[in-house]
Amino acid sequence: MELLKRYPKLFQWLFLLVVFFTLCFTIEVPETYKFIRGQAEFIKDPNQSTYTLFGIEVRYYAFDTLWRLPPLLGWLPIWINDSLFFLLNDWMPIEIWNEDIQEYKTRPLVLQITRTLTSSMTFLIELIREILLGGVETIVAFTSWDWISENSWAKLPGLPWTVVAAGAAILGYKLSGKGLAIFAGIVMIYISIFGQWKPSMQTLSFILVAAPLSFIFGLSLGIMAFKSKRVEKALHPILLVMQTMPQYAVLVPAIVLFGVGDHAAVIITMVVAVPPMILLTLLGLRGVSPEVIEAGRMSGCNNLQLMFKVLIPTARRDILIGVNQVIMVCFSMAVISAFIGAKGLGFNLLLALNQLNIGLALEAGLCISLIAILLDKMSLAWANKQTDYFGNLTFFQRHKNTLFFAGAVLIAVIFAYAGSFYFKEGFNYLYEVPHNKGISTADFWNKGVDWIWDTFFHTLKIFNTWLIVDVLQPMRAAYLRMPIVATFVLVMGAGYIIGGIRSAIVVGGLTLFIALSPWWDRALVTTYMATFGVIISCTIGVTVGTLCSQNEYTKNFMLAVCDIFQTFPSFVYLIPVMMLFGVTDTSVLIAVIVYATIPATRYTIEGLRSVPTALHDAGSMSGVTKLQRLLNIEFPIAFPHMMLGLNQTIVFALFMVIIGAFIGTEDLGQYILKALSDRKGAGIGLTLGICVAFIGLIFDNLIRTWVEKRKKHLGID
Amino acid sequence: MIMTDTVIKCNSVYKIFGTNAKKMLQEANGNVDAKTFQKNGCIVGVNNASFEVSRGEMLVVMGLSGSGKSTLLRCISRLTDATAGKIYIEDQDLLSLNNKELIELRRNKMGMVFQSFALLPHKTVLENIAFPLQIKGVKDQECINKAMDMVKLVGLDGRENYFPRELSGGQQQRVGIARSLAVEPDIWFLDEPFSALDPLIRKEMQDEFLRLQEKLQKTIMFITHDFDEALKLADRIAIMKDGIIEQLDTPANIVLNPATEYVKKFTEEVPREKVLKIEDVMEKPNNENLSDLKFSKNEIIENVAEKILTQEKSVAVIDENNKIVGTLHPSKIIHTVFGGRKNKG
Ligand SMILES: Nc1ncnc2c1ncn2[C@@H]1O[C@H](COP(=O)(O)OP(=O)(O)OP(=O)(O)O)[C@@H](O)[C@H]1O
Ligand SMILES: [Mg+2]
Repeated sequence: MELLKRYPKLFQWLFLLVVFFTLCFTIEVPETYKFIRGQAEFIKDPNQSTYTLFGIEVRYYAFDTLWRLPPLLGWLPIWINDSLFFLLNDWMPIEIWNEDIQEYKTRPLVLQITRTLTSSMTFLIELIREILLGGVETIVAFTSWDWISENSWAKLPGLPWTVVAAGAAILGYKLSGKGLAIFAGIVMIYISIFGQWKPSMQTLSFILVAAPLSFIFGLSLGIMAFKSKRVEKALHPILLVMQTMPQYAVLVPAIVLFGVGDHAAVIITMVVAVPPMILLTLLGLRGVSPEVIEAGRMSGCNNLQLMFKVLIPTARRDILIGVNQVIMVCFSMAVISAFIGAKGLGFNLLLALNQLNIGLALEAGLCISLIAILLDKMSLAWANKQTDYFGNLTFFQRHKNTLFFAGAVLIAVIFAYAGSFYFKEGFNYLYEVPHNKGISTADFWNKGVDWIWDTFFHTLKIFNTWLIVDVLQPMRAAYLRMPIVATFVLVMGAGYIIGGIRSAIVVGGLTLFIALSPWWDRALVTTYMATFGVIISCTIGVTVGTLCSQNEYTKNFMLAVCDIFQTFPSFVYLIPVMMLFGVTDTSVLIAVIVYATIPATRYTIEGLRSVPTALHDAGSMSGVTKLQRLLNIEFPIAFPHMMLGLNQTIVFALFMVIIGAFIGTEDLGQYILKALSDRKGAGIGLTLGICVAFIGLIFDNLIRTWVEKRKKHLGID
Repeated sequence: MIMTDTVIKCNSVYKIFGTNAKKMLQEANGNVDAKTFQKNGCIVGVNNASFEVSRGEMLVVMGLSGSGKSTLLRCISRLTDATAGKIYIEDQDLLSLNNKELIELRRNKMGMVFQSFALLPHKTVLENIAFPLQIKGVKDQECINKAMDMVKLVGLDGRENYFPRELSGGQQQRVGIARSLAVEPDIWFLDEPFSALDPLIRKEMQDEFLRLQEKLQKTIMFITHDFDEALKLADRIAIMKDGIIEQLDTPANIVLNPATEYVKKFTEEVPREKVLKIEDVMEKPNNENLSDLKFSKNEIIENVAEKILTQEKSVAVIDENNKIVGTLHPSKIIHTVFGGRKNKG
């Protein structure tokens, strides 16, 4: 009794677990139940039951409702599909003036909007692409194909790679100094001599459109949400879901709306990249102290000046994190969009992975990661740039960067021109190193992979088999063995203990959606993989983070490492693991673990860093040992922040599990991948995406509620 | 516009927070009772404030936390709109100004210093100070020159390229002061400018502030919690409670003739000798024997008490023209210093 009073929560948890396991063991597995592999659900089977809703027939295997709920939401994907098609093809026809045939044509509004968007995106991408690589489409956009064929000279020449490299270096110098200049130069030269120039520039042109647009939209929507409660309320649920929505899932409806190609990829990237930007803008603007705003007003700012000279610069820290996120997402999407026909490094990477040519994949992955890091560093440097008011600059000093660039252009063009005489065979290496003519290390890597396989085959295989047979399969079976009632009891019970009845209802509702969808079993598999990944990631992350926190040097080093790793597009993580473990679940899980360890480590370090030094000293003065101090003082205080890290770890893990479908898993991701190639896949893709998002949101809700309570309890904010 | 010497003029200004504040105020017909308003979900910030501040005057506003000092100041700078009442800045009706005119007014006439400094963290000292000028559209070079002058004025030369986070609290507040002065405003608002500073720096800043004011002769509204500070700086003091200005008068009058019980309690602890001048306690000249010492009637008692107390006879009090206008017996000093507190318990 005494104990129960002291730890009421502990007993609640114990009670919950007891009920959960009792339910698990008392509810028998129905005899007809088997984990259905592949597409079996969609093939007619006499054992299936059916129901009809909104005129749509849904077939399913009926079980005891204590075991699995019937997929009452089975009609949702079909319904989404139909409405999407209706919107696109029939809704609100409007009259549009058609230039070519000189008369009005009717077109549905949505179709018109998407087509307009599409063509403007295409124009932007082509413009940048042709500045970098040369081409005619931009000129066509202003004239016509006929005109081009009459005037054969009308072609954007494209910049020689030397100019782009010099430009990047000079820009780097202007933004931050020698270090960045050298890095930029090396990256560009590397890309060129390894023959990745063309795909890299294609990817770059995609990024240079997608990232600024996402930034601008995110910032403006963030500002609007900051200014108007109503906008914020409207945006909130979308933002929440989008944060945990796997990027894959958004691709599917995009194909329907925008078709395939780079333009669709840009739009999709914006859909994914804008929400975090909005959230961080909002967070930053909220954080500006009212006195600073008043100071701005008293300085005589009008609304515009107040926003751009006071609010946004003051909120810079968070907005910069937003920019960083935008760039990360853009590069991630640059790879994933290859699925819907975007050109560039991502396409090469995907192709190479498909052919199991690890060497090529590695090269493409390295290129894309390097560009990502470069752009990230440049945007940071740009935002942190200071003006020097006291420099008494001469004309030359003030314009030296422009002058240097002009000089570089001149020299490079001369070289490129000379090169056209020097190099025969039609390749001008001083203009562009063709894709298959650069130095390639692919063979080297492939040999390396072969060597690893030859040498460590047995070790790897034993490890692999052990992991799959002794760990993963039992764990998976355990998850699938969970009756649905037990799951509800566990989830809602946890919600109740942590956040009261409100939380219980929210997480219960989210679970219900997944339970009523046709993919409950798959969702369980996704969850099991994510859980496995998260447990190991957290163990590693917390350990590494704690160890690194003991010393200023290692701490900063680790944070920098996290920064760099975070910039890698998620897909790149699949390369090395496929190198070692081939196409198995183990590969996916290891990619998940590596990817999800980043936030776990980072938040541990940041959490421990946020412990006030006064407390350290107070601890030391009361004579505790280092370990005691860590356990009794630092961990409890850093814990809320670390839990937010757990939240991120879960989201990262979920994303990676879904992307892992590419290697072949049996979870929700696999279905999303299938939906991609299905003409009617939009509804399925979206519903699946929502399912994954909801899994994320369940954890998100529980963790955030807990953190808030804990923070209040500790009196930190 | 007729130039008068009244710079700020408030006429029954009310500020009430809450959604249906306007309606409730109309129904109350000017008789606002904070308690009944609070029951209906409204918070009374400023309650029927009427006063004037004339050119070159320093009005210090005092009161407990939450008494509405900041709110009053923000009404006058129109950082919030008053719920009712009229405010005139140099005979211009503040509440009728449109946004553009208001911005003009702030750019040219007003400066404000904030309790928590409110510097822009991404700008250097110099840029912070130049900020109001840049906003106004002054040319870059001119801004920098002017801002440099300000940096020198507040004694921060050599630190103009520091960021606010690299400065101590006192230095940050100097930047705040310099920024508010950069556009050479006529009216200067200071909301507890020195509260966040430690006593030593605070004293230093007060002295510096007085030096500045002597040079600049601005019209000032100054908020503080600290009576000593108020006495040191004020021409007149306003004491607020629950949004109401309980009394607005010279320091001496507030101490000697408190208008309400609240003011009396508020000033009880105040050392009288720091407030009162000799003329406040002297007696009419009569033909008694006077000591040889003479004192100006404008001396603060504290400064001369020691000398007077060495005398046995009354001392003479003179005015600017050396004419005897009164006498003062040493016992009166003792009575003033200790008498006020005797009837406290
Ligand atoms: N934006 C607001 N919304 C609602 N109530 C407010 C708002 N601003 C101030 N108040 C209320 O108005 C009253 C007066 O606040 P004000 O800030 O003017 O006090 P103050 O005298 O400046 O106090 P302090 O010395 O602590 O600065 C307080 O009760 C406060 O709660
Ligand atoms: Mg205040």
